[in-house]
Amino acid sequence: MRQRRAVRAIGSLIFLTMGVLCLLVCNLCMGSVKLAPSELWSGLTGGGTDAAAGMILWEIRFPRAIAAMILGGALGLAGYLLQTFFRNPIAGPFILGISSGAKMAVAVVMVFLLGRAVRVNALTMILAAFAGAMLSMGFVLLLSRRVRSMAMLVVSGVMIGYICSAVTEFIVTFANDADIVNLHNWSRGSFSGMTWEDVAVMSGIVLITSGAVFGMVKPLSAYQLGDAYASNLGVDLRSLRTAMVVLSGILSACIVAYAGPISFVGVAVPHLMRGMFGTSRPILLIPACFLGGSLFCLFCDLLARMLLAPTELSISTMTAVFGAPVVIWIMARRGRERAG
Amino acid sequence: MKEDQTRERRAFFFRAQGLTVGYHGRPLIREMEFALEKGKILTLIGPNGAGKSTVLKTIVRQLEPLGGTVFLEGKDLTEVSQSGLSRIMAVVLTERLRGEWMTCEDVVATGRYPYTGRFGIFSEQDYRIVEEAMELVHALDIRDQSFCRISDGQRQRVMLARAICQEPELLILDEPTSYLDVRYKLEFLSILQRLCREKGLTVILSLHELELAAKVSDRLLCLKGERVYGYGTPEEIFCPGYIAKLFGIETGNFDEENGGMELEAPRGKPKVFVIGGGGRASAVYRYLQREGIPFAAGILPRNDVDYPAARALAAEVLATEPYEPVPEELLRDAERRMETCERVISCREHFGSLDRANAGLAAYAQEKKLPLEYRAKPADGEEQWRRSS
Repeated sequence: MRQRRAVRAIGSLIFLTMGVLCLLVCNLCMGSVKLAPSELWSGLTGGGTDAAAGMILWEIRFPRAIAAMILGGALGLAGYLLQTFFRNPIAGPFILGISSGAKMAVAVVMVFLLGRAVRVNALTMILAAFAGAMLSMGFVLLLSRRVRSMAMLVVSGVMIGYICSAVTEFIVTFANDADIVNLHNWSRGSFSGMTWEDVAVMSGIVLITSGAVFGMVKPLSAYQLGDAYASNLGVDLRSLRTAMVVLSGILSACIVAYAGPISFVGVAVPHLMRGMFGTSRPILLIPACFLGGSLFCLFCDLLARMLLAPTELSISTMTAVFGAPVVIWIMARRGRERAG
Repeated sequence: MKEDQTRERRAFFFRAQGLTVGYHGRPLIREMEFALEKGKILTLIGPNGAGKSTVLKTIVRQLEPLGGTVFLEGKDLTEVSQSGLSRIMAVVLTERLRGEWMTCEDVVATGRYPYTGRFGIFSEQDYRIVEEAMELVHALDIRDQSFCRISDGQRQRVMLARAICQEPELLILDEPTSYLDVRYKLEFLSILQRLCREKGLTVILSLHELELAAKVSDRLLCLKGERVYGYGTPEEIFCPGYIAKLFGIETGNFDEENGGMELEAPRGKPKVFVIGGGGRASAVYRYLQREGIPFAAGILPRNDVDYPAARALAAEVLATEPYEPVPEELLRDAERRMETCERVISCREHFGSLDRANAGLAAYAQEKKLPLEYRAKPADGEEQWRRSS
């Protein structure tokens, strides 16, 4: 049994890694300018004959694919942290209204700073998103003390999301036309327009945060047993909880600041990974959720670009199409388990 | 002076001094004093809501004590770090352990938490300890099953294995036997006893089953009301009438000596006279209780096995001192009572050469043409018994 599980875990990890690599290649090759995989290397090194293709590859597709990979991983991980924190299988940054809170804060900052002709840099956006994420998270935490039921928590999260969206709309009506266009594209969620500088900053933040999350595998494994058992095993619940909230907040903020709110990845990926690995051990699930999120987002971004090319669909459209059924499936399963 | 105190504390592995427990600053039980040597079992008993779980939660530091101190090997428990404590104390709580996507073995393995490294990777030794613990509670056959899909009884055994894995010196269990069937109740408590004897484990638990508490415990702590109601050995606590007082039993009866329970006795003038003795009559008494017929139980020495049931269920018991001849006036009294009853049931046909009194009663009933039936085992078939009556 032990061996069988090890084989399953390693096999799944290899499968996910290979999947991510394959999709990365697909994302780089496919598009209005098609490239054969063999042309990739020459295109990237600039040694190829076609300079324009090299430009598209190096300046547009490559940073975009990396961003989808990094931010997708961050989404999967943020969802995993929130589900563990609330001990609720349908928690996620989007469903709990955390993404919407971050979006609202970013909209406020963008409209007011752009209105004063101040250039908004990435770090300001991330900080604003983080503040917004923490604000929503605070509300959800307050509510979670009063409502014990899993469904009610989710409903409150969705309500918070609506309130934040309403505030965002309200702000947008006061913005200039140019700002609106800017904001509208971004608020639908998209991986487009990433620069290498963006990729560098987000990779730094996401990788450091993910490393910190991985450092908590042991206390997380105890935390998921329940508070009483965790504290008997010597876990400092207060600091662990704080760490989980802050880290999931940073991850969510980073995603929203760069790509806007992306729905359902955070809920669906951790669940799919638990099913795939057949375990809830954090030491496996943390890397799995990161890889799974990357895979999911690379796949959805590819479809978003290709399905109605040259028109681009919003990434949330694609993630909802593939993510929402998973959520429905989880809820149906929970209902059946309770009945049985 | 101070040294004396320290030494006294050391003599006990566990000691609660002036411990006050409660929720939200409101005391539930005040100034508890109790202590326990290493390798002993302390059981908390008391009515529902008396605070058994509150005391246990305070000991495992899930609740802050509102006053007083708990000493573990002479050390103030609040000064022991949480991670240090996790190697000393393991718990089995009534709170469900969440085990989604976990097999029983995974759950047991979580007990090794205090002993593994930064990332919780298991050594061969850890795996061996997990396996041994599962073997001890006979859970090896369900090791690969999902923790969410096993029965409550199996779950409780898995939880015990988990606690054993933690290699604690002190084990705290909150109503661990509630969901177990009789076989596993006995097995569960036997395992605890064995761990105490062999590994010097000290156990504090709460139990609802008084008859088991009386047998497994070295010390009992009775909780009722604001103060400790009683603390002592089972011999001291289980003296006649104590349990009825502790639980405020008004209907029915608990027999402290053998742990038996009887339902409320039918009241009124006896309609049936039962000649019993030697354990043959208890079932008849219970049958009459179920039918709601008041009865008199006839001549029983106070050490007869039928005597506890008779005392609990009969409207009148005609009892004699053991190993003494039956006084003549008691015999006459029994005869008079028999005559006023509608039926006489003799549970015995043979009385032996020394039980002249009951033999005499049966003969008297026959002589006077009283409605006498011989009934040894109504359990043989109630139908048949009713027909003949």
